Amino acid sequence: MMKSLHIEAAKCTGCLQCEMACSFENYGVFNPAKSRIKVFDFHETGLKVPYTCTQCAEAWCLKACPVDAITKDKSTGAMMVNEATCVGCKVCTIACPFGTINYVADTGKVQKCDLCEGSPACADACPTGAITYIDADSTGIDRMRTWAAKLENQTAGHAD
Amino acid sequence: MAWQRKILRVDLTAGTCTSEALNMDWAMAYLGQRGLATKYFVEEVAPSVEPLSPANKLIFATGPLTGTMASTGGRYSVITKGPLTGAIACSNSGGYWGAELKMAGWDMIILEGRAASPVYLHIENDTATLHDASALWGKTTWDVEPALRKIHQDSQLKISSIGRAGENGVLYAAVINDLHRAAGRSGVGAVMGSKNLKAIAVRGTKGVAGIKDPKAFMKATQAAKAVLAGNGVTGEGLPKFGTQVLMNVINEVGAMPTRNFRDVQFEGAKDISAEAMHAPRETDGKANLVTNQACFGCTIACGRISKLDQTHYTVVNKPEYWAASGGLEYEAAWALGSANGVNDLEALTYANFVCNEDGFDPISFGATVGAVMELYQMGVLTKEQLGIEAPFGSAKALTYFAECTAKGEGFGPEIGLGSKRLTAKYGHPDLSMTVKGQEFPAYDPRGIQGMGLAYATSNRGACHLRGYTVASEILGIPVKTDPLETDGKAGLVKAFQDATAVFDSAGICVFTSFAWTLVDVAPQLEAACEGDWSLDNLNVVGERIWNMERQFNNAAGFTNKDDNLPKRLLTEAAKTGPAKGLVAGLDKMLPEYYAERGWDTEGRPTATTLERLSL
Amino acid sequence: MRHLIIGNGPAGVVAAETLRAACPLDDIRLLGAEPEPPYSRMAIPYLLEGQIGESGTYLRKAPGHFEAQRIALQHGRATAIDTAARSVTLDDGSHLPYDRLLIACGSIPASPPIPGIHLPGVMTCWTMEDARRIAAAVKPGARVIQMGAGFIGCIIMEAIVARGASLTVVEMGERMVPRMMPPGASAMLRARTEARGVRVLTSTRITGIAATATGLRATTGSGETLDAEVIISATGVRPDIAWLAGSGIETAIGILVDHRLATNIDGVYAAGDCVESEEFGTGHRIVNAVQPDAVDQARIAAMNMAGRPAHLSGALQMNVLDTFGLVSVSFGQWQGVAGGARVEVDDPGAQRYLRLEFDGDLLVGASSVGHTEGVGVMRALIQSRIHLGPWKDRLLTDPTQLAAAYVARTQAA
Repeated sequence: MMKSLHIEAAKCTGCLQCEMACSFENYGVFNPAKSRIKVFDFHETGLKVPYTCTQCAEAWCLKACPVDAITKDKSTGAMMVNEATCVGCKVCTIACPFGTINYVADTGKVQKCDLCEGSPACADACPTGAITYIDADSTGIDRMRTWAAKLENQTAGHAD
Repeated sequence: MAWQRKILRVDLTAGTCTSEALNMDWAMAYLGQRGLATKYFVEEVAPSVEPLSPANKLIFATGPLTGTMASTGGRYSVITKGPLTGAIACSNSGGYWGAELKMAGWDMIILEGRAASPVYLHIENDTATLHDASALWGKTTWDVEPALRKIHQDSQLKISSIGRAGENGVLYAAVINDLHRAAGRSGVGAVMGSKNLKAIAVRGTKGVAGIKDPKAFMKATQAAKAVLAGNGVTGEGLPKFGTQVLMNVINEVGAMPTRNFRDVQFEGAKDISAEAMHAPRETDGKANLVTNQACFGCTIACGRISKLDQTHYTVVNKPEYWAASGGLEYEAAWALGSANGVNDLEALTYANFVCNEDGFDPISFGATVGAVMELYQMGVLTKEQLGIEAPFGSAKALTYFAECTAKGEGFGPEIGLGSKRLTAKYGHPDLSMTVKGQEFPAYDPRGIQGMGLAYATSNRGACHLRGYTVASEILGIPVKTDPLETDGKAGLVKAFQDATAVFDSAGICVFTSFAWTLVDVAPQLEAACEGDWSLDNLNVVGERIWNMERQFNNAAGFTNKDDNLPKRLLTEAAKTGPAKGLVAGLDKMLPEYYAERGWDTEGRPTATTLERLSL
Repeated sequence: MRHLIIGNGPAGVVAAETLRAACPLDDIRLLGAEPEPPYSRMAIPYLLEGQIGESGTYLRKAPGHFEAQRIALQHGRATAIDTAARSVTLDDGSHLPYDRLLIACGSIPASPPIPGIHLPGVMTCWTMEDARRIAAAVKPGARVIQMGAGFIGCIIMEAIVARGASLTVVEMGERMVPRMMPPGASAMLRARTEARGVRVLTSTRITGIAATATGLRATTGSGETLDAEVIISATGVRPDIAWLAGSGIETAIGILVDHRLATNIDGVYAAGDCVESEEFGTGHRIVNAVQPDAVDQARIAAMNMAGRPAHLSGALQMNVLDTFGLVSVSFGQWQGVAGGARVEVDDPGAQRYLRLEFDGDLLVGASSVGHTEGVGVMRALIQSRIHLGPWKDRLLTDPTQLAAAYVARTQAA
């Protein structure tokens, strides 16, 4: 069974431990600006929403890459950016409708969530269980996928 | 190296921003944030400085653990000479701003002089620039934050600013960041206003690197987080109820100052308690409390997020107050509520919103209103002077005064003086419930004797955050002591004061001390920072910081006579509850405290003490 | 079933792979007019900069990828189609039969009618062969004139400068990237470009090029002369469709296709830069030569060729450009629509720009400079037609909350 990141926004307190854990895992530095998971803080309602790539089936980033720098990891299902191949053209950043693959000026490459080889640091760091890494078919990631499908219908709707 | 080793010096008079290296010798001796910034302050500023003059300086400082994965590692402090007290002022805030400053590559900002006209400081990593803020002057902190984000096109810009209270010189004006986190006490916002500095907007994308031993650090922080999670107060009580968990507890032990300390128990406590915030309202069926919220890095998440009842008189037809915002912490609920005998939870929440929106300390404000209400009951102040009838218990008077103070209208400027100056002006200085001019927080020294000593000797005036013996005397942390007893409290107060100075200098939140002692803090610092941060040395560092602050105050003219409590607490016994018949036993504790501290009978550190602390 | 794909750029390759996944047993043949393995023109600037070698531009990196996919690669240029016989004629005179045909032959550089445009030293920057010629000619100290500051011109500027050349850019339009960015944003790109020592002439036309003893001399409409060793012509591209004349396949500027990417001829589809299709949100026909759209079109076309009906709701304009480190994007109707609301924040000092265009409570266009976080949501908000509700007013007040608006309207409901 493939696992997914499961987000329960109602449990998120906005502590940003996930963002620090992500940047520390990938860059060895505490730096939310480099995190691949972002917590949106809706202060009008008090809701905080951790948000990252769902490794969507449509994989716009992968398909738009002109140099084959994004591939799907067979064990985790994550779309992986091969930094050695990425030329930093940023086409994936406009192709991905979720805004979850982004250009990093420091490296001249793009970055996205790669599920930390199956042990996501964000989930490990989350103190409230708002982010967990569990079997894909029991996650609420469906909501994000619904929106993926909605765009998919606009661009590549199957079986009309 | 968990410090960024870089400080930003801003000369507001000249309009310049310069970078300088952090004095690492001082960092080794004073750690960071409160301790290190105070070291800079006392080295650079004459103790006699007039707080609202250009010669005073204002320092925003982070600690070595700020911006790291240490739980609660998001704190910053604002250090200056306080206009409310004339003593050293050091106000600590959470939210996200402090971590952002650190991420931008700075340990602290030293602000000097006075800008000729309103300015704000914009920091983007290494680049710091002053900008004209005339269009922002007169605006609330809630208006300033989105305005600056739009101007700089940065949704992640973090802003620390003053509202109209700081502009108008309210002597307990606060610095507000992230809409409702406050460096709240002692009037640091008034100093910022006196410098014509409206806001500091920060964006940092450099991060905090160079942890000394990352592996050990992650291990130490994880262990420390487990301690927080497993502790009843930090793991359950605070997340669910916030600091408001204390309202009913403190009321029951008869240490709930009520109606300007005339009483020690408040009959309306349950109406403004944590439980009340959770209960559905009769009007709309919704609870006042929406959710809890964490500050940066915090695994406790005690913050309260509340929504007002849209039909409440304070906000009818005022949708700008209908969104969720920072709800009542215990101190605010007490100061706005019990201190005035007001039990209208929505009114208190609204007043708290206004305090955040225009940047002033709800403790000093609420306590000052308590004195005003007493003067009104006595007939000294009248409806004509005040603009409203103001008996104890009047929610309408409370919220009206909050608006007046925010806007600087009507009687607001008088309330903005704080209770010491206001009661003196109207001939009743004994009615000011203050030490060194700063209003008490929410614990009556008659019912919690150790707090009387803590208030009397606090370096920034009456304060619960300089030596929170409540933890021991009421909650049994780390050991239970009898709150009605004065014996042994001198040593207890000193221990809390010194330990707190370390927490405040490390970049973490003092609320962790419900679960952590320095034994939990030391390994985190040792793994993060070069230097000796062993338990033994941390105790010395804390004591050194305390004595440094004391030295500054002494040089500023404070003496042992200022280590005192108002007459009411020393002569009027508690009327009800467990402390019934007791007054504050300061006279028994103070000499013992001086001895514990190694100070002479005048409250001055002896030469031996100074030498022992390398001061 | 035999699938023939003319053109081995991104659209052709993605179509071939989509077909392979959908039709495991069918024959799939990918025809490329250039000798190289399928490569990406998008990557040529990085090749010129020296960041990658030629193989770095290849669309697929794994050795044996096409063989493993059983996609036959064939070198050859199509010169004619007999749609009745379902046969394509190649430049060597041979014929290739097909059951389903995809035309994904891309575009070719426009050649402006200027005296001297065919002189040696005047080059386009389009093919791998072009890239090799430029690399050989543009040496440190070389003087280079680049005609055109559209999207393609702008993506190669940095590489020319990185090679140590002294560059002058001449653009007919009144600003740089006039068809991609609004004036405020465009001005920032110009400022950045000029700050890097590039001379930028707008509203300027090269009227003639002559050979001199040392190189080339271009004359502008105002009579100024500019000397150079190399002139790069980047005045735009157009669909490569001249060879379809007489085939019966309907064309205008590009090959006309419907929402299924089908042409007027049964069994013949087209995708990518050679296509002229209906624009998302306007109904106008446009040639939308952008990589993500080309790839989407290829997928839809391939699905239909495989007998799995699919459609595309329209071509969405989207562009991303890096001008000496200054990243700009635009989406959809970034110029705005009649009666729609607009918010624009322009900070030339910080080189940051953000502009949103609304139609009712829908976002219909967006452009930005200096923003790189979460720009993809601009696409989602526009293309998924997400009603913004109260967030529209919030965005008019603070447009930096765009990603928050997207998350709020989709994930945090």
